[in-house]
Amino acid sequence: MDILLSALAILARWDVAAALVVGSVGGVMIGAIPGVGPAVAIAILLPATFALDPIVGLTALLGIYGSSMYGGAIPAILINTPGTAVNALTTYEGTPMTKRGEARRALSLAYSASFFGGVFSVVCLILLAPVLAWIAPMFGSREIFLAALLGVILVVLAHRGQVLAAGMLACLGIWLNTVGLEPVQYSKRYTFGQSWLAGGVDLIVVVLGLFALSQAFVLLVEPDKRSKAEAVKGGLFAGFKELAVCKRVAAVSSSFGVMMGMIPGVGEFTAQFLSYTYAQRTSRKPDEFGNGSPEGLVASEAANNAVPAAAMIPLLALGIPGEALTAMMLSVFYVHSVVPGPQLFQNQMDFVVALYIALLILNVLVLAFLLYATNSLLKVIEIPTRFLGVAVLTLSFVGVYSLRNSAVDCAVAAGFGIFGFILKRLGLPIVPIILGMVLGGIMEAKLRTSMMRVDTPLDFISRPIAFVLFLIILAVVASHFWSLWRGRRPASRVQDD
Amino acid sequence: MRHHDASAVQPGAAAFAAAFLLFSLFLLSQLTAETRFSAGGKLFAQPRFWPAIGVAGMSLFGVFHFWNAWKARQEGGLAEAAVWLRALEYFAWFMAYVAAVPFAGYLLATILFTVLLAVRQGYGTFRQLAAAAALGAGIVLVFKTALAVKIPGGAIYDILPSGLRSFMILNF
Repeated sequence: MDILLSALAILARWDVAAALVVGSVGGVMIGAIPGVGPAVAIAILLPATFALDPIVGLTALLGIYGSSMYGGAIPAILINTPGTAVNALTTYEGTPMTKRGEARRALSLAYSASFFGGVFSVVCLILLAPVLAWIAPMFGSREIFLAALLGVILVVLAHRGQVLAAGMLACLGIWLNTVGLEPVQYSKRYTFGQSWLAGGVDLIVVVLGLFALSQAFVLLVEPDKRSKAEAVKGGLFAGFKELAVCKRVAAVSSSFGVMMGMIPGVGEFTAQFLSYTYAQRTSRKPDEFGNGSPEGLVASEAANNAVPAAAMIPLLALGIPGEALTAMMLSVFYVHSVVPGPQLFQNQMDFVVALYIALLILNVLVLAFLLYATNSLLKVIEIPTRFLGVAVLTLSFVGVYSLRNSAVDCAVAAGFGIFGFILKRLGLPIVPIILGMVLGGIMEAKLRTSMMRVDTPLDFISRPIAFVLFLIILAVVASHFWSLWRGRRPASRVQDD
Repeated sequence: MRHHDASAVQPGAAAFAAAFLLFSLFLLSQLTAETRFSAGGKLFAQPRFWPAIGVAGMSLFGVFHFWNAWKARQEGGLAEAAVWLRALEYFAWFMAYVAAVPFAGYLLATILFTVLLAVRQGYGTFRQLAAAAALGAGIVLVFKTALAVKIPGGAIYDILPSGLRSFMILNF
């Protein structure tokens, strides 16, 4: 009870309230604009939040992260263009519903499913907090190293069909993190005699380049696109009644969202895929899927909105970000000398609970905003893409330059922007680079610390959690090679025949 | 190792994979020159250990990725490379903006940048250019005036009277 009261006291400030409103409304608007997305917005806003209190900055960023997928459903349903990448599956069901004159029903159902997923995951987070507080202190250096290693492996293997590319880009991230002064012996690594490289490659500069500047270049180079969405007539409350009919799908999809969100490197896409497949297989009307199935819409939206809160679990409990957005948030913690991990749960549980409550309030704010302001949001969808490119490029400058007022940082970020642009053109993943940088740094520090305390390699996995993590790593790698082998088998048989 | 890589079949993928592999091999060749190995220290605590993991991984995965991309190479690589070069124009625009801010000040440089870039993007009506100017001014008002992000005043403010100069440096 004391922790709850203390958490409420942390939140009972005008600047936190303002951050919640700005983050949630801003996140919905950003989500509703195809081609921008929460990663771009968070990357740009990141340096601006460094001047704020950690709870204020994190609340604003969490607001954008948690609410963007709500907004992303609007263009996905109305104009067959997902606002954020994770709303792609929503187009399969939302657009056919709009075509048969059920846009209001689709939007209403998407909002209520998103709200259910968001609240469900926060409730899970609150219920799991005592368990996390109990388990987290059991994670020492070797366990955190193994968890980070598992994160890197999962990030690479999660990019099915692109594992080799994801592997080389994750290793690029690991290498980038080593550039500059080595933190213990202070020897220079890969500086090539350049003084500007001695301080290393700043994560924020890379993030801004790969996410914001690259997206600006994409928008500016590609042909201008203008979208027009028809206004929605009538109220949007009816979705809650219909959601009650699909409550099993909503609950299972949200559970998939929570589980996948907790596992580093997996995230929304896997959660959506599992939920959608489950909903289709257990539906009484499986033929409706892909043609405007309300159950499919609920599965997609409930799953992806359950992920953000769950993705905070490895970040807060272990200090290990599971994907790019939480990796960006990690830097906000570091700037304010708040170190996420087991110590946070032991010493600042009220701060953790405050973040959970903020997430809960956020979902209520977003829902209220969307129920009354959807038609006003349609104006945002109509902004031409090249004009958005001008805006993103201009905003990227604030993000990079305000870090250290360095033109070199801007040049490096723009260089990574070109690199990110090429990756996007080729359909290659960017996230492994960021996670390679963040998790590479964690692995280097934790391996060094833990190896000082072990005599033989077997000692490294002598503790129960370390042993379990080691087994999971083996199982994940073995299952990947097993799936590759199974994929080859039919072809070999055909050749044999 | 046979592996289906969806991104390897894009036009330009082979050129990118080759460039990445060459870069990785260059870094690998510089490993001993650019990192230190302390005699007597444990392997895992060597300053060279993690850079070696990174560049070795880049090279190893890079070889397989290049092999896949080369086997699946497509027509249209040159056209794709031309699109990559077009992005360099906006790199130059961005760096010109970066260079202009310390002289022209954040407000003026930003409004000029948004308006000129909007013209370059083919927007020419008064309404569109006014929107671009409003965008620039709005960004400055939100970030510099309201959020007080660290962007120094421009050299141009030195010609202003002292009271106005301080106001401009602080807010714009």
